[in-house]
Amino acid sequence: MDHLDQLEAQSIYIFREAFARLKKIALLWSLGKDSNVMIWLARKAFFGRVPFPALHVDTGKKFPEMYRFRDRYGKEWELDLRVEPCPPIDAVDPTLPPAARSAARKTEGLKMALAKYGFDGLIAGIRRDEEATRAKERVFSPRGLEGNWDVRDQPPEFWDHFNASPPQGAHLRIHPILHWTEADIWAYTKRENIPIIPLYLAKDGKRYRSLGDQDITNPVASTASNIDEILAELEQTKVPERAGRALDHETEDAFERLRVAGYL
Amino acid sequence: MNMLVTPTSPATPNGTTRPQVRIVIVGHVDHGKSTLVGRLLHETGSLPDGKLEMLKAVSARRGMPFEWSFLLDALQTERDQGITIDTTQIRFRTNSRDIVLIDAPGHAEFLRNMITGASQADGAVLIIDALEGVRDQTRRHGYLLHLLGVKQVAVVVNKMDRVDFSAGRFKDISDEISAHLNGLGVKPTAVIPISARDGDGVAERTGRIGWYKGPTVVEALDRLEPARPLEALALRLPVQAIYKFDDRRIVAGRIESGSLIAGDEIVIMPAGKIARIKTVESWPVTPVAGRQGAGRSVGITLDRELFIERGDIIAHASTAPRETRRLRARIFWLHDKPLAKGDQLLVRCGPKESRATVVAIEKAVDPGELSSSENKAIGRNHVGEIDISLSNPIATDPYTENPRTGRLVIEVSGRIAGGGLVLSVDAGQRAVPVDIVPVESALRADERSARYRHNGAVVWLTGLPASGKSTLAKALERRLFTNGGSPILLDGDTLRAGLNGDLGFSATDRSENIRRLAEVATHLARNGHIAIVAAVSPAREDRATARRIADTAFREIHVATPADVCEERDPKGHYKKARAGALASFTGIGNDYERPEAAELVIDTSTRTVAEAADEIEQMLKTSGVLFDELVDLAANI
Repeated sequence: MDHLDQLEAQSIYIFREAFARLKKIALLWSLGKDSNVMIWLARKAFFGRVPFPALHVDTGKKFPEMYRFRDRYGKEWELDLRVEPCPPIDAVDPTLPPAARSAARKTEGLKMALAKYGFDGLIAGIRRDEEATRAKERVFSPRGLEGNWDVRDQPPEFWDHFNASPPQGAHLRIHPILHWTEADIWAYTKRENIPIIPLYLAKDGKRYRSLGDQDITNPVASTASNIDEILAELEQTKVPERAGRALDHETEDAFERLRVAGYL
Repeated sequence: MNMLVTPTSPATPNGTTRPQVRIVIVGHVDHGKSTLVGRLLHETGSLPDGKLEMLKAVSARRGMPFEWSFLLDALQTERDQGITIDTTQIRFRTNSRDIVLIDAPGHAEFLRNMITGASQADGAVLIIDALEGVRDQTRRHGYLLHLLGVKQVAVVVNKMDRVDFSAGRFKDISDEISAHLNGLGVKPTAVIPISARDGDGVAERTGRIGWYKGPTVVEALDRLEPARPLEALALRLPVQAIYKFDDRRIVAGRIESGSLIAGDEIVIMPAGKIARIKTVESWPVTPVAGRQGAGRSVGITLDRELFIERGDIIAHASTAPRETRRLRARIFWLHDKPLAKGDQLLVRCGPKESRATVVAIEKAVDPGELSSSENKAIGRNHVGEIDISLSNPIATDPYTENPRTGRLVIEVSGRIAGGGLVLSVDAGQRAVPVDIVPVESALRADERSARYRHNGAVVWLTGLPASGKSTLAKALERRLFTNGGSPILLDGDTLRAGLNGDLGFSATDRSENIRRLAEVATHLARNGHIAIVAAVSPAREDRATARRIADTAFREIHVATPADVCEERDPKGHYKKARAGALASFTGIGNDYERPEAAELVIDTSTRTVAEAADEIEQMLKTSGVLFDELVDLAANI
């Protein structure tokens, strides 16, 4: 087994544990490179189908390329796609800095979707290497009744044994690709020939490394116009993956505040 | 800020095959953990450009001599500030390995952190200060490594510069720690004299330790074996789920050890049912050819429909795991409430879960003090050895035989409260001893059924004494034989005269009597015969066991002749004797016969002739797929 095989087998294991141990789960599809790999892995785990809904919590501010991607592959991959809206900006904590406030709409949309369907598990495509608070995550991460994350009281998790009993009304976040890196995602995307949104490939000296809402995501300088070039770039770069995400950089703890409140 | 450490994957995804080894560095506080880590990162060229210069400048500005430990401290500060860095793991490379260094900081929560992080460590570096020598904490960490089953430990004796690089001092410490670790069953892979600060012995064998002939730290890390060679162990495929999304019935799970390939004969434990792997399914291409080894998450289909549940373990018959309801484990305890004798728990062994009771606490140790506690309860962050009994049988291995299946976690109120290693299992009656290799028949099932015109089956006749079971059984036997089939009569009383002569009539002995009947009958059925069992078999649970053993081959017939008719017949005189009090434990007088609730067929011999009853049985066997249709025509022509 090579490195990618190992990552894949581990993710499949996590998917199957989540499906076996929780009653009502859904997968969060943000249309980005990570969640596309995640859907691919789910189809591997369940022999071609995704036996639970794919939830797109839609801010309405994604790039047109992303919507086109969703509409096409939602059908081609036979997903039970649920597009859920987010509340307007006025409904969000005004003390947050602008970009974080904008992003927090997604947290609220997520809460609304949770309340609507009563999911006890949400599968999310976050990775440890993306960002420091994500690095502290568990694979099965319990969330409080408000969707909040208590980083100081996380259950022990070892030997691929996961805590899967959320309290009544609360839910678990399940992270099947927590152990992947950005480079792993690209290498696997290439190996499996998983479709990607063209925004990730360089055009006019710039490309998006991480895709979010149009108004708070910026491209980084790059000449990488195919996956091999992206991988070569990642070997060299010292620019963090989320450099183009405005909300990470507004204040030191903006992102942590978002995550504690339930953001991905 | 641009103080990034390994923001990208050091494990090159493009087809390189560098083995990855996970290590944990442990040792007494101030013995030089962070200095060694800083030095290692530098020596292996793992630091980002400019990092070292920046730290040197910072030290100079503050008027402090440069310390390698600043490097790690700086990383920790970065982490505290929330800057991008893999917080729990630091990665670097040696010549032939990708090393993942698992950070286990923090004293108060040391055990919990170490276990959460280091439970997956392939090896460890234990650090000792040459001046201070082996301290309590050194021994304690040695104990923890032993507890976690980490067998590869490289010991470094640091700060040799403070003992003038004395070979004698080094030898004393080396002997002492080796003896301690050996006593725990851990053999050090190397004991290395170093000065982490100056670099002696880390990547280079300097003149100051010219007397030392062993490996440097980097060389020692380079020699650590990556994960254990799991593929070389016996097959263990714990069942995560059974999927039926389409016409396939796929048994899904991860191969924890060993390997499998379509065509393998496998046994499903703990039930001990045998089947053959038909296909290995996958997506987008299926089925998969070729052998699948440890680590793979697979899906397989079997050549027959068996009852399989999540938590069962699929193995090869000759190397099946042990089935048990009782085991001994070495555990660490993380829950606030101490673990005590009599406690009810939930134990998870892979996907299998079972309620359990703590039968005994054999040892309770505070790894901080390394003293056994008197009260025999295992406190939070303490370790110990316990004896547990399980309410469901599970299949498991001692961890020395299989590190993947030989471990368990304990849950309290839905949260993991502890975990540990299986030291030994008290094998149940039905355990398959490892040195027994079942021999397969030379004939295939379809060869036999082509001759006999029927499939193998267990036809189980149950009912009160004198209800007519033996009479019916004999009539059925004669009829099947006349039609060219291969029926074999297994009469309860006949077998009690021989095979089961050692059994009495206690509930336990009766259960065992039925179990043996079922095993013999199932063996015959598997070899194409129709085993006709005539046995009172009064207990519903025992008949359920028989059905589990024979599985899909089982057909139950309740010979439901009314009790008064049976007593009136009394061909063997048992009722008369029992009424006279001369026959203890006789089923029939009294109410201890438990009627079947879902027998395949019910026959009352007081309202049917023997021939009519035999017709009904034959019909049932036909409609349920045991007898082939043509048989009827064949019979008509005779």
